[in-house]
Amino acid sequence: MDFFHVIVVLLESTIRVSVPLIFAALAGLFTERAGVFDIGLEGKMLGAAFAAGAVAAVTQSVWMGLLAAILISIALSLVHGYASITQRGNQIVSGVAINFIVAGSTVILGEAWFRQGGRTPALGEGARFQVVNLPFADSIREIPILGPIYSDLLSGHFLLTYIAFAMVPVSWWILYRTRFGLRLRAVGENPGAVDTAGISVIWLRYRAVICCGILCGFAGAYLSLAMTAGFVKGMTAGKGYIALAALIFAKWRPKNIMLACLLFGFLDALAIRLQGNPLPLIGQVPVQLMQALPYILTVILLAGFIGKAIPPKAGGVPYVKER
Amino acid sequence: MSSPYAKLPGWVEYGLIPLINLAVAFLVAGLVVLLVGENPLEAAYHLLNGAFGRGEYLGFTLYYATTFIFTGLAVAVAFHAGLFNIGGEGQAYVGGIGVALACLWLDQTMPWFVVFPLAILGSAFFGAAWAFLPGWLQAKRGSHIVITTIMFNFIASSLMVYLLTRVLKPLGSMAPQTRTFAEGGQLPKLDWLLAIFGLDIGTAPFNVSFLLALVAAFCVWLLIWRTKLGYEMRTMGHSPSAARYAGMSESRITVITMMISGALAGMMALNPIMGEQARMQLDFVQGAGFVGIAVALMGRSHPAGIIPAAVLFGMLYQGGAEISFEMPSISRDMIVIIQGLVILFAGALENMFRPAITRLFAMQGRRAAVVAQTKGA
Repeated sequence: MDFFHVIVVLLESTIRVSVPLIFAALAGLFTERAGVFDIGLEGKMLGAAFAAGAVAAVTQSVWMGLLAAILISIALSLVHGYASITQRGNQIVSGVAINFIVAGSTVILGEAWFRQGGRTPALGEGARFQVVNLPFADSIREIPILGPIYSDLLSGHFLLTYIAFAMVPVSWWILYRTRFGLRLRAVGENPGAVDTAGISVIWLRYRAVICCGILCGFAGAYLSLAMTAGFVKGMTAGKGYIALAALIFAKWRPKNIMLACLLFGFLDALAIRLQGNPLPLIGQVPVQLMQALPYILTVILLAGFIGKAIPPKAGGVPYVKER
Repeated sequence: MSSPYAKLPGWVEYGLIPLINLAVAFLVAGLVVLLVGENPLEAAYHLLNGAFGRGEYLGFTLYYATTFIFTGLAVAVAFHAGLFNIGGEGQAYVGGIGVALACLWLDQTMPWFVVFPLAILGSAFFGAAWAFLPGWLQAKRGSHIVITTIMFNFIASSLMVYLLTRVLKPLGSMAPQTRTFAEGGQLPKLDWLLAIFGLDIGTAPFNVSFLLALVAAFCVWLLIWRTKLGYEMRTMGHSPSAARYAGMSESRITVITMMISGALAGMMALNPIMGEQARMQLDFVQGAGFVGIAVALMGRSHPAGIIPAAVLFGMLYQGGAEISFEMPSISRDMIVIIQGLVILFAGALENMFRPAITRLFAMQGRRAAVVAQTKGA
């Protein structure tokens, strides 16, 4: 167990725990860039995880599970959209409501349908994602340094993991290089201008909310179909809020989001690793401090002590077409 | 909040619309009960019976209501100044430190009526302190209060786990909680209050902090509608620019409002710690901070609305326990759904039925005008 090996293992688990954060934070990126605040990421992820676990258990198909996750997550997004875009309600209140409705109903429905204390049945081989080994992973493992990095760190993850990392440049491309992306960002900064150009603010925001739903669906499916074999009550455990923190920490930019999620994932992995082991030089660090660190960092960033996080200008404000 | 809707009579604005929203929330909850394969009417019966059927049940209902009055008031005070304090959960949790310190210090030497005022001050102080930073950061550094208070909820949770497992736990004990308080750290029950109505409180932990909650509700009314500070808070809530032009200091109001809000949330800790458990345990808040959001929205941020809304949620908590006992497929998580639905329909979708109701009243108004005209002619 040399130092290098420890690092590889640590980074490997960092990647594993960062994936749902990346999906969810990118999901938040789409809505918040369009001017709809979303603190319901947690609820959507949880609902998607439940749908994925339940449908995969019944149909024994991982793809049906993923599809169900995406559909449920889109449906929840549309509720949020209806409340905050069409009804011009308070977006934060709506997000809080969705988090509660999902937290309660996943347990009630899970218990009613499967009777396993809010869990869905454990999934077998075909009903969950399997790890993907990159080509030659086994043959070059013996090469020092590069071998373990390729075979242990980069290879052997789930398909969704690679999709998550691929979504980072894809999201960047959509937001910064397509007409849709330009308009989406414009609607979050100055919806009046977009409206004047003859583009529907409402429809644009709805599309942004649907994009958010799709990505949250992936995040939820990863939790119950890849990371574990089945849904467990309350399994998101605040990941939606960490993703929200990462989104702000990244100042609403795709590449930064990946780095922020990896940082928060690393802190999480380190906290698990350090449990009970004193750190050299610093000594014993309370686990609770490590767990609180992402939140503390976000507060410090928001306060403008590490750069300045400037949210989209029209964020949280419902658009009222001329009075 | 400026609304693009016509003005409605007071009883419609504060009575009919909240009632309709609430009814829709319960209808949707009924659908969930149907989906689970149970009878919603039977569930409603168990809910009402479980909440009010016996003196003991009523005692529990009012015990929960006490908690929700505090957290509801906390959210409402912030709402009036246009601030969304989503951090009641964390502020109540940290407020527990104040209660625990007062009790651990004096419970063996002093009677409860000496410890109680100190515990009130302690809980309010720690709750306010936990809300001070988010308020200050919003006022001076422009960080969004919603995000900061969410983050502070998680930080509070980590802090309290640390304190309860390392600092406040008695030596040699494994459970993450303080020692049990002696007589001085326990609040007397309000059994005499229920006895007036011929009810027996049984084992229900309905205690003196209920009276404190009522006093707090009155003080909040006094503050918001009868003081200069309250006027400034409401002005800022309606129109920050108007407040600025009138020479009110935005940052001062923000920080003070958040501290009052945090103090109210912190005082919630008195009820479970001194009123029921006689010790501080892990997670004693149990989501009450979030229930406060639903209570404040339903009560339209007015103390006179918050108290009945808090009783309603107390009823849901107590009656919900009874439902899960009678109908095993409906666990207590049903309350969480109802809570979410109330927040959705009374909060985010509060204007859904307004256009229809406005139209209805406009039509009626016109008809009345026509009748008056024909009579006059």
